[in-house]
Amino acid sequence: MPKANTTPLISFTNRGLYCSAGDFYIDPWRPVDKAVITHAHSDHAKNGNKQYLCHHFTKPLLEARLGNNHYQSIGWNEVVRINGVSISLHPAGHMIGSSQIRVSHQDEVWVVSGDYKTENDGISGAFEPIRCNTFITESTFGLPIYNWLPQHDMYTQIQQWVQNNKAKKTTSILFAYSLGKAQRLLQALAMFNEPIYLHGAIWNMQMALAATGIAFPQVERITPETLREKLKGAIVIAPPGAEGTSWMKKMEPYSTAVCSGWMQVRGNARRRNTDMGFALSDHADWKGLLAAITSTGAEKVFVTHGFQSALSRYLNEQGIWSAEVKTAYGNGEEENENANSATDAINTTITTQQ
Amino acid sequence: MQQFSLLVHTLGTATKTNEKLEALATYFTTAPTKDKVWVIALFSGRRPKRMASSGVLQQWCCALASIPDWLFLECYHTAGDLAETIALLLPPPTNTTHTHKHLHEYLEQIIDLQKADEAAKQAFVTQCWLQMNTDERFVFNKLLTGGFRIGVSQKMMVNALAKTMQIPASAIAHRISGNWNPATTTYENLLSAESVTTDFSKPYPFYLAYALEQTPETLGSPEEWQAEWKWDGIRGQLIKRNNELFVWSRGEELMTDKFPEYQALLDKLPNGIVLDGEIIPAINGKPLPFAILQTRIGRKNISKKQLQDAPIAFFAYDLLEHEAQDIRHLPLAQRRLLMENIIANAQHPTLQISPVIPFTNWQSLVQTRTQSRAMLAEGLMLKRKSAPYQVGRKVGDWWKWKIDALTIDAVLIYAQKGHGRRSNLYTDYTFAVKDGDKLVSFTKAYSGLTDKEFNEVDAFVKRNAIEKFGPVRTVKPELVFEIAFEGIAASNRHKSGVALRFPRMHRWRKDKKADEINTLQDLKNLLLTYGK
Repeated sequence: MPKANTTPLISFTNRGLYCSAGDFYIDPWRPVDKAVITHAHSDHAKNGNKQYLCHHFTKPLLEARLGNNHYQSIGWNEVVRINGVSISLHPAGHMIGSSQIRVSHQDEVWVVSGDYKTENDGISGAFEPIRCNTFITESTFGLPIYNWLPQHDMYTQIQQWVQNNKAKKTTSILFAYSLGKAQRLLQALAMFNEPIYLHGAIWNMQMALAATGIAFPQVERITPETLREKLKGAIVIAPPGAEGTSWMKKMEPYSTAVCSGWMQVRGNARRRNTDMGFALSDHADWKGLLAAITSTGAEKVFVTHGFQSALSRYLNEQGIWSAEVKTAYGNGEEENENANSATDAINTTITTQQ
Repeated sequence: MQQFSLLVHTLGTATKTNEKLEALATYFTTAPTKDKVWVIALFSGRRPKRMASSGVLQQWCCALASIPDWLFLECYHTAGDLAETIALLLPPPTNTTHTHKHLHEYLEQIIDLQKADEAAKQAFVTQCWLQMNTDERFVFNKLLTGGFRIGVSQKMMVNALAKTMQIPASAIAHRISGNWNPATTTYENLLSAESVTTDFSKPYPFYLAYALEQTPETLGSPEEWQAEWKWDGIRGQLIKRNNELFVWSRGEELMTDKFPEYQALLDKLPNGIVLDGEIIPAINGKPLPFAILQTRIGRKNISKKQLQDAPIAFFAYDLLEHEAQDIRHLPLAQRRLLMENIIANAQHPTLQISPVIPFTNWQSLVQTRTQSRAMLAEGLMLKRKSAPYQVGRKVGDWWKWKIDALTIDAVLIYAQKGHGRRSNLYTDYTFAVKDGDKLVSFTKAYSGLTDKEFNEVDAFVKRNAIEKFGPVRTVKPELVFEIAFEGIAASNRHKSGVALRFPRMHRWRKDKKADEINTLQDLKNLLLTYGK
């Protein structure tokens, strides 16, 4: 059929990224029949789809967030065929279970990045560059002012800050998104060899992650019964939505730190009125984005959520055909620096807590 | 430099005033004295002349970072700070083993290079950049670009100095005011009691009023209070000492040369006086709108025509020094008598007395206040007759009692990201009124919303941006705001034909739709009524 030749493998619709040959959507933001999900963050994995396809590690998270649905999970590099279109998932390095989605049909290969970071954080899986004709990339931190320190250096800074707080018998409260960033902090703080206290929202996600079999340091949930004494000088991880609420009272005296890529710029840190800002991100920085894009060898690059116009223009100037695409992504977790209480899951937990 | 960079970092990140005060006090106790003088200068708005323009710094940075100009600008508009943008864009340092120089050494080099050719400047700046980490680069760039607005107020610095020197803050404020050059002044001389007597131009720290939020009855008996118009000009001090005349603005800018009309007063005034008052354009003692004053600010050469159309007068309302004696401790009533005498003797149209408004009960004053706009005043000032002249903003003896602002409902049509702590947040807006089925932009406004509201508008802009013009986004005209402003004047620089004074967002009218906003005609009517 001549029509099939002119229809791109993946098109941008008002429901999400759509593969017409396979009749499925990737990370749809409105309910559809078949949804392939890159990762469990709320702006990429929405409720109401009839069938979900995702990575094994993503499944328990979706169950915890979205409840019972028809989920099919697969491993990385495992190929499934839907209506003659081949689909496989590949590590995106963004958070546990996060995957790029490779879609191939006849001679054409497209890759949807979802959210990704190129540095291997040791728990999310190492980002795997996939050769393709067309790459759909995120651009959350798509400006050259965003250049991350190596994870090891950032962890050292965080550990030193906690150490200083301990010397002053001050509780360290770290604000981090419950899915992804919180787990990296657990990893960074494991060297203290003591229980790490969690806000209920993060505790819930941590319980869901137990199904993945990934090892984490000992954690304890903060409940109304948790004794004040135990929290003195302790390490606490809480979602950004808990910042400034009465929930923090019990931890006094405390010092706060926000862990987010946005902390790279002083103004953002000042606006948050936090004692400390650590530019620890689960997204690729500028150099990471460029390296990832180049390694796909793609002839065409579509740029979604973030600084899409700047990144797209830059790619075009570098001789890589590129266009920006408007999506509904970027209102969920780290992408939206100003949404303190990002996910609905977090909000409900906070309200039920108090 | 490291010590200063650490200080700036602490001041920028500390969330409690005490922490900042502590950091400053530690710095003033331990830093090299030459550095301390510069820090006092920088934090009180005194800085060396720029040796390189922003554009040139941008070019040098782009060359090192290998990025195009447009990408630099995208970064700048997102980071909201030039010094920081450059610090973040530069490649990692190549030579970190250099010996660290002191703050004053960098500043001396910057001053030395002011007249050097561009190649020499670029070599110096590039070399410094490649030796520094991000924090140091940020501070160094701030030295190059000026404007140290990093979360520390002059008042806080004065308090820290007072703490370390064990001298009252008011004395410190006085000693570090006025005309001194950090390159040639020593720390000891600057902060010594003599500094006040050796510098003839030195102004006193201004006494500032708080806004009266309650009814005037709460102030007590009317006889204890003096009422004046609150003029809409530039607060200033007019000084004559040693047969020389000096005019200072409240921003501690020496403005003597900007307003040559004041020279006529030199022969009319006695030596050893300091008058506090308002710099306002006026003809025969009748004030002209602030917009007229604006035509004079920032001009280096003043034409004859300007002197004729926008003559500047001084409306005096206080006397701080008399016969070379500091009389700030005297009650206002006494200072006022001495002042009126001086002005009466001078008998010159350039020097006016800001009149006292007679009143016997608060109710009549409420009436008088409604006449403010006709007087080209912003409202009334209430001053306690028995009060001394204090330092800085103090509650109790001076109140400004402004009239209610004018307001108009308008729709948001353009947005741009803000600066400083508003980095990467759409906070700078342009508003429009209706003209038939068209929208006409008429003002910008950046303030008046809470952080939460700004976040909401930011999210709206990000979702509803239509077009991109450099850093500006055109936005679906949907959000309605009540814009408050202090005055309105005709202007041919704006499409709407009006210019507003102090526009800000008074309220977000979520209850109103875009077709319920005010019209261009409404704005023109306001201009007719209030725009004289």
